[in-house]
Order: sequence, then C-alpha cells, then structure tokens
Amino acid sequence: MKSTRSTPSDSSARAPISALATPLKQPATEPYYHAVGDEVDVFAAAAQSQLPVMLKGPTGCGKTRFVEHMAWKLGRPLVTVACHDDLTTADLVGRYLIVGDETVWLDGPLTAAVRAGAICYLDEIVEARKDTTVVIHPLTDSRRALPVEKRGEYLTAPPDFMLVISYNPGYQSVLKEMKPSTRQRFVAVDFDYPQAEVEARIVAHEGGVDAATAGRLVKLGGLTRKLKGAGLDEGAGTRLLVHAAQLIARGMNPLAACTAAIARPLADEPDTRNALDDLIRAVF
Amino acid sequence: MSERKLFAHEIEARLDELLLLKLRQRSAEQAARQLETLPRVRQERVLHWVGIAAQGANELGWQLASQAAEHAAELGDAFDAWARAGLAAHDGGGIDAARQAWQAAVEELRAAAARPSGSVALAEVEGRLNRFLQALHGRPLRLASASRAWTDGETLWLPERLDRAADADGNRRLYTLLAVQLWAQARFGSFNVDPEPELSQWPDRSAALAWFALFEAMRLEARLEAELPGIARDIRDLRGPWPAALQPAADSLARPDATAADSLAWLAEQRKVGAGGTPIYPHLTGFDPLAARRLRAVRMARDSKTLRRALNIMRAVDPHTRGGAGDREQAPLAAEGDALPPDLQAEELQGLPPDAQAAAQSLQQDLDGMPPEILSPAGPGAWQPEGREESEAPVAEPEGRPDAVYDEWDYRREAWRRDWCHLYESEGPAGEDAWVEGVRSRHAHLIRSIRRRFESLRGEDKAERRQLDGEEIDLDAQVEARADRRSGSEPSPRLFIHRRQIERSLAVMFMVDMSGSTKGWVNDAERESLVLLCEAIEALGDRYAIYGFSGWTRTRCDIYRIKSFTDRYDAATRRRIAGIEACDYTRMGVAVRHLSGLLQGQATRHKLLVTLSDGRPDDHGDEYRGRYGIEDTRRALLEAREKGIRGYCVTIDRHGADYLPQLYGPAHYSVIDDASQLPRKLAEIYRKLTA
Repeated sequence: MKSTRSTPSDSSARAPISALATPLKQPATEPYYHAVGDEVDVFAAAAQSQLPVMLKGPTGCGKTRFVEHMAWKLGRPLVTVACHDDLTTADLVGRYLIVGDETVWLDGPLTAAVRAGAICYLDEIVEARKDTTVVIHPLTDSRRALPVEKRGEYLTAPPDFMLVISYNPGYQSVLKEMKPSTRQRFVAVDFDYPQAEVEARIVAHEGGVDAATAGRLVKLGGLTRKLKGAGLDEGAGTRLLVHAAQLIARGMNPLAACTAAIARPLADEPDTRNALDDLIRAVF
Repeated sequence: MSERKLFAHEIEARLDELLLLKLRQRSAEQAARQLETLPRVRQERVLHWVGIAAQGANELGWQLASQAAEHAAELGDAFDAWARAGLAAHDGGGIDAARQAWQAAVEELRAAAARPSGSVALAEVEGRLNRFLQALHGRPLRLASASRAWTDGETLWLPERLDRAADADGNRRLYTLLAVQLWAQARFGSFNVDPEPELSQWPDRSAALAWFALFEAMRLEARLEAELPGIARDIRDLRGPWPAALQPAADSLARPDATAADSLAWLAEQRKVGAGGTPIYPHLTGFDPLAARRLRAVRMARDSKTLRRALNIMRAVDPHTRGGAGDREQAPLAAEGDALPPDLQAEELQGLPPDAQAAAQSLQQDLDGMPPEILSPAGPGAWQPEGREESEAPVAEPEGRPDAVYDEWDYRREAWRRDWCHLYESEGPAGEDAWVEGVRSRHAHLIRSIRRRFESLRGEDKAERRQLDGEEIDLDAQVEARADRRSGSEPSPRLFIHRRQIERSLAVMFMVDMSGSTKGWVNDAERESLVLLCEAIEALGDRYAIYGFSGWTRTRCDIYRIKSFTDRYDAATRRRIAGIEACDYTRMGVAVRHLSGLLQGQATRHKLLVTLSDGRPDDHGDEYRGRYGIEDTRRALLEAREKGIRGYCVTIDRHGADYLPQLYGPAHYSVIDDASQLPRKLAEIYRKLTA
C-alpha cells in the first residue's frame, strides 16, 4: 500500500472547517409571507422584549416561512435547525474536530447564533433528544446565557439573539409531549391553515398559477383536511398545495400534478388513496 | 399419484371410508358417479374437503359430498372457497346453516357469471366513498344499499351493484356521482321547503315528484359546478344537453341564489302547462323530500337540545366564555331567546365538547347557518349527549359469558373459524408468602448478581468508541492515528466517541404455561424463575406483565392475571406467582392473541412476548393436538408480529427444536434441557434478548 503521509498545511485544513461552520443566512429579498392574524406584531414585540417564541401548528402551514420573513423584517440573520431524534447537545452547541494534529473547535448552530445575535429557529423541537431541551433553558429566561462546557465558556446572548421553536401539537405521540417546564418559557403563536381566500392568494403567488387554479387547489386542500382522523393523520398543508401549483405552472396536467404532489405524499392506504383521487377529479 | 381419473367405484370406496357409510347404511353411489366425470385434481380436492368436513361432523361430510357431487363441475376453481364458506357457516349455525351457505354460494356464483364484466358492487367502493364523503361533509355519512339511490338526509342509499356504464371505472364513477348528488340534496337545502302544498295539487303525485327531482337536479348541478366542477362535468357528459323546452328552467335554476322554492315554482309552471312524464336521465337519483323532512325535524330537535345543554354547562362553569364583556356576564342559566352577538358564535363553539360541536355542525348544515336562539341555554340539566346514556352504562356481564371471543385459524380449510375460542380472564389464585420468601433467601446470592448485571443495562448513555463522528474525541484512537501516520501507514479516520442514548422503551409480556403437564418440578422451576426474573427486571425498570394460560377445549380458555402492566411487584403479586399451578391444557393461539392485544396497548417502542412452556400446543380432544395447534399458534404469532410484537419462547421440551423454529422463527427460542436450570437461565436469556 502506498504511504499516504500527509501533514496538511494550515490553509488546506481550515478550508473544510469553515465549510462546516453554520451559515448565517440573511435573505436579500423579502421572503413572501401573508399575515393571517396578529402574528407579526406578537413576534416583533417578543423580539424587542427579548422573549423566546414558540410557533404551534400543523405541518406546512407557514411556520418556517414566517420565521424567515420576520428575520428579514427585523434585519437579523437566521439559523434554522431541523430537529431529529438523534440530535444531541453537541450538535447544537458545538464540538472539537481533529485537523491534522490539532483539535479545532467548531461552533454548533445555536452557539453561532448566540455569538452573532441571530434568530435561532429549532424546527420540531420535541423530535430532539430530551437532554437538548435542557441546554436551551438558560437561554430562555432572564439569564439569556449559553454555557459551552467543553470550552469553559459562558456566552451571554446579545440583545438581538432570539430563540424560536416550532411544535406540531397534531401528531406527536404522548411520549413526545413537551414538558410544561419548557413550554412555559415561550411566547406562543398559534398557526393554522389560512382562510380559503388568503390561502388561494398564497398558492397563486408561490405556485405561479392563476386565481382559479389556486382556488381549486385550496378547495381540494380543505377537503383533505376534513379527512384528518379518518384515514389521514393530517390534511394537505399549504406547502403541498404550493407544490402542486408549481407542477401545474410547469405545464403539468392538474390531475396528475395533484396526484403526485398531494394524494401520494398524504396516503398509502388504498381506500384513502382512491378517495383522494376521486376528490381531485371532483375538484378539477 | 397417477393422473388417471378415479372410477366411480373407487370414489365410492374412498367416500365409504371417510364417512363410514356402511355403518350408516347409506350409499355414495350416486355421488360417486357424478364425481367420476371430474378431472383427477378436482376429484382429489372434493375428497380432501370431505375428509376435513367429516372430522367436524360425519353428517357435514356427507352433506358436503352430496352437494359437491352436484356442483363441483360448475364451481370449478371456486370449489375451495365454496367448501370453506359452508364449513365456516357450520361453525356458527350447524348443518342447516352450512347447507344454506353452500346453496347461496352456488347462486352467487351463477349471478356473478350472468353479470356484465364491468359491474361494480357497492361493497367494493364503500371504503373510498366513505372517505370521499367524509371529506365533503366533514363527518362520516352512513352508506347503505337499496334498490335505488336516494337519501333521507342521514343515510345515503345506493344500489347494491351498478353495471350501467361500459366498464368498471365508469361504474365506480357513477357511484361517486350518485353519492355526491345525494349529499348535495341535503347540503344545498333541497329539503328546506315543504313541497306538500304543491304536490297535493297534482293528479299524479309520482309525476310531480319526478319533475321536482329534475328541477332540483338542475339547481344542484349548478351548485356543484361551483363547488366540485369535476363532478358537474361528469354529470353533463352523462346527461347530454337539456331539451330546448327545459333550458329556461335550467338557466334560471343555475343562478347562485336559486333555492328549492324556485324549483317548486317551476314545478307549479309545469303543472299549469299540464306536463306529462319527465325525460329520463341516467344520472338522476331518487328524491324523497317528505321522508327527509320528517327525519330532519327529529334530528334538529335533538341537536338543539344537545347544544343548548352543553352551552348551559359551559356557561355555568365559566361565565367569561361568552366574551368577557361586562353586560353579557349574566346568570349562566339565561332565559331562552337571549340573542347573541354573531361574532361570538364561532369562538364560543370552540370550547364545546366534541358531541356538542358535531351537533352544532349538523344544525348549521341543516339550517345553513346557526340561528341565535339555539345558542341560548335552555333549562338546567347535566351535560349528557343524547344516545349515549344506554351505550356507555356499565353492563354487568352475566355469569358464564366469556370476556372475549377469538377467531381460530384452521390450516386444513385455510380459513378462520369465527368466534371460536371463548376466553375468560381472571386474577391468578394467591399462593403462600412463605414459598416466595424461601426462594428469595435460597437464591439470595444469585439474585444479587443478576441485579448487578441488570443494573448495568439501565437506560444510560453508552459511549461508542472509534466513530467517524461524535461529541468527543477518542484519545486512544487519536494516539493510534498519530502513531500510524508517523510510521507511514494509513491512519484510521475513526477518532470520535459518540454517546448513544439507550432508551429502554420496552414492554414485556410473560405468558406462562399452566397446563397439567407442568405439574411438579416444571411448575416449581417456572415459579422460581419468575421470582428471579421479577427481581432482575425491577432493577432494570422495564414495563412487564405476567399472565398464565390454560384451558379445556375452545369454550373454556383461561387466562390468569399474575401481574398486569400496572400492578407493582409487591407482596400480592408475589403471592400470585407462588399460586401458579398446573391446570389443564394449552390452547396456545388464543392466549397469544389475547395477550398480544394487551401488549399492543403499551406505548413503548419495543414489545416482546415471551412464552414459558413445557411442550407443544395441545388441548382436550385430538383436534388441537399436532399440526392444527401449531399452525394456529404460528398464525397468532404472525398476527402479533404484524402489530410490532416480537415473540420468544423458552421451553423445557427437548423436542422443542422440531416445531419451535416453525413457530417463532430460528433464533427466537431457547430449549433448556434441565428444568432446574430454568431460574438461572431465564434471567440471562432476558438480558441478552433486551440488551
């Protein structure tokens, strides 16, 4: 075997590390968001008061987009973390990596957001391991601090730092209920699917279809939502409707587009699939 | 076996043998002659099923033989299903039921053969229609079959079978069209006006109703055009253009503000010109506004009562739910007729219990909006949705009624025997305290060591070394990697420690054989090992339950509760372990079904069903013994696996290796040669199983 003696120079070692660093996004243009209630005001007030915010609502009703919009509006960078069941404290706070013969510290997304005074958005927080919720606790009360144990650092968050979490009360199992000790730290904003006219405007704008098509998609979405608990865990979210609209805008047949973007992602069970096909046919 | 057909005398001889006909002075000669014409494979199938039937009852075998002789040729490939249907009917209702089932099956087959190929039965589309209508309606609608499609506003009646369209797809769509139109009758207020004054002026009521139906169909089609354009398009395709004479009516009824009253006005017009019969359209449904109105009156009375009561309770509990404004904070039991500001309605409805919300929704649909008077509470009364009182009252089980009834798998028929096993669940008898204490002191040392080993398994983080990625650096690996690099060989990239969280989300059900054969030292070993096991699991904190099973034929299957999932491992539980005794037989399938049902209710990620036994499934009588019992148990374990339950068997049966792989799969059982080893081994097996 050929020897692969390599003592990477500093420059080549740093490059991959910086590539791993958390990107601090700040969109150039305003992310489209159509306010449904007073959520913009609540969020802005919470941001000024340095309070953390919890967004509650079903899948695909605009929680993530709302945060992006608010980040743009408040002029703060945004760090989004999609939580999963193997997400550890280290994944959020940071860890040491080995580069050549050195150890290099890499900030996790939460630490990066605290340092930069960004909005840190933890999507579907209950999916993460239980110990991760503990690390956000000191950030959510008057301390507004993040202890980075491994480095012996105690970061105090600047006024612009803001923690936002999302939570879908609809389908989580009892095992993944959020503890009151965590919930009661947040200002909560309820999200639901928008009113039909508003949703149609959103679908038309985001999907690039005419108002009539958007109206039909929204009608279809409303019908699927009535199947919640009767074949579906959750009806089609606005996001699915936008996907279907985008396919239609590309010239796809509306029936085929709805089947691919709405019916198939929602259901596997034959009766429900067939019923969804019938609904699509009925609406278009 | 040769491929040659059996001759009549050969068939007769075999039937004689199977059915002991000589003894009963019966002759199978005629049947044998009829069967002679069949190909050999079919002849063998008939004899096979006669054999199975004769095991159940000799007369059943005889009936099957004579019916089969008559119909086997006609039944062809459907013969097996036919035979099975009769045997299943026999389980429930005896010989007569079997004979009827066979007859019905033959008729059904003939009817099916006579039907056009694209014909679709309501049963085939019921599932999708149910969901489709739920999406339209927001609540389930009842579907039932009738000779024609019509609705009374509560149930949608649809024909049992449709074959008007050319193909199955067309017939399925026709079902959807009919169902949507029926739904639309209720949804868009076809029953909101009383047609009686107009109808009574017609000489021919049925002609009048037909015209009313036609005008309503025109109006509803326009409403559907706005709501479900795809459906309206299908209807148009089906009906073709309206005749010129009717076009004005169709146009006028298509206005969005047209109501059933407008249809009635057109009906009056029609009467004046002296119309004859209506044109016939394939998409039209039946229409019975009078029946629907009668039901609607009953329903509305019930719904308003439910809703009023609920509001009443809610306001009694929290007067602020009414919006909080001072002037509205009146006594909770407000007088009837108290009008509500309209903006409060939706908000107020939100806090209602589901029954009341459903009632509100139903009313809203009946009335096209919520009238304020319904939102005013009427008279005091405890919250009690209608129709619930009877159904939820605790019903005292009469003595001797089984706690549960289970199907059993008959491998010979390849079919279920419905409601075959009667299961009784009871608390296990209490034994002596002294026995348990004896075991605990005798095995004190063993218990301590088992506990120590088990404690190390508790749900803590487990550090996995030499990972590609992880929270911490693995110093050993790092030192090695540096040494490798220095020496010129390739260093491993696995330099991290990953802490994996081990969550013991586990529920275990122990199913203990209490059959007569365990009497003596096997039973002692079982009890001792359960004590040791409980001590060990307590150290681990897993959820576990222990049930014993025994029985005497299918009508007496016993399950003894030693420790349920919610019971603690306390003195009473220990006494019940001591009380485990050898009883009767081991009808295993039903026990597996019952206990896996209990296990399924546990909200843990892993579920494990551990059977402790001393032999193969067995029951009184020779039926369950042997392959039948094994096949049924295998089936029960397969069902359990589909529910996400893993099965494992620990047995002291030295012949276990013969049948256990078939039941539990390879590597899912342990055979222990010496029962005295069971206590020591069981805890160890459990540890390995769940680590």
